Amino acid sequence: MTVLQVIFLITAVVTLGGAVLVVTVRNLIHAALWLILTLFGVAVMYGLLSATFFTVIQVVIYIGAIAILMIFAIMLTRRVKQEAGSSVNKGWWLAGLMSLVLFTALVWMFSTWSGFQTTLPVMPANVDMVKVLGTALVSPNGYVIPFEIASVLLLAALIGAVVVAWERKS
Amino acid sequence: MISLSYFLVFAAALFCIGLYGVLARKNAIAILMGIELMLNAVIINLLAFWRFRSPEMIAGQVFAVIVFAVAAAEVAVGLALFISIYRRRNTIAADEIDLLKW
Repeated sequence: MTVLQVIFLITAVVTLGGAVLVVTVRNLIHAALWLILTLFGVAVMYGLLSATFFTVIQVVIYIGAIAILMIFAIMLTRRVKQEAGSSVNKGWWLAGLMSLVLFTALVWMFSTWSGFQTTLPVMPANVDMVKVLGTALVSPNGYVIPFEIASVLLLAALIGAVVVAWERKS
Repeated sequence: MISLSYFLVFAAALFCIGLYGVLARKNAIAILMGIELMLNAVIINLLAFWRFRSPEMIAGQVFAVIVFAVAAAEVAVGLALFISIYRRRNTIAADEIDLLKW
């Protein structure tokens, strides 16, 4: 076992354990805190894939913005007799069965593919990936149109969220 | 030596855990958390395919950036909807939001 494999396995166990707790614990605030741990584990995975830019934006966007937004929403929607009764619906065993079947099917499908055991290729030397990514996102020969569409989408979501959550005084 | 299979199996497991959360949980915010787990699994897959299959092309990373932007938009609108629903109906349990159910 190489060092990389040991780091991967520890991160995978912590992340998947956190993910299981996210979907099973009854207290939603605890679920949100486990979600933060899981998102950190995923950030480490991005680091292992040498996508350092994504490690940073995972911490900034997912943990800094999305997880905090979720905690706010949980606190704004508490009700007095909350957590009375089960936290899962009647068909939870069916959901678990479906997830297990999907996982088995995915792993079986991957294992029949010839590229499944591809080993890590060397990164192109002397190339700053963040620089390349930034250039590609705004260059007309690159991906400037998807980039601009994404910004319009974010603006629409911003306005939409304000309109939907607006409290009308009548 | 670490291979592509590690990341694919890990992402598949994360996706299926998220799917279970989406299908089984009652609270709408817990469902949204399940969706976050699934989106993270998708981003791991995209980056793993980029890193192992074509590290010299940047398209894989650009795709992942777009998925990040869509995920942020989805959470903002989703949480706004749930807060609005909570104001009107005083609940965000998915099985009690049944106005459209005949």
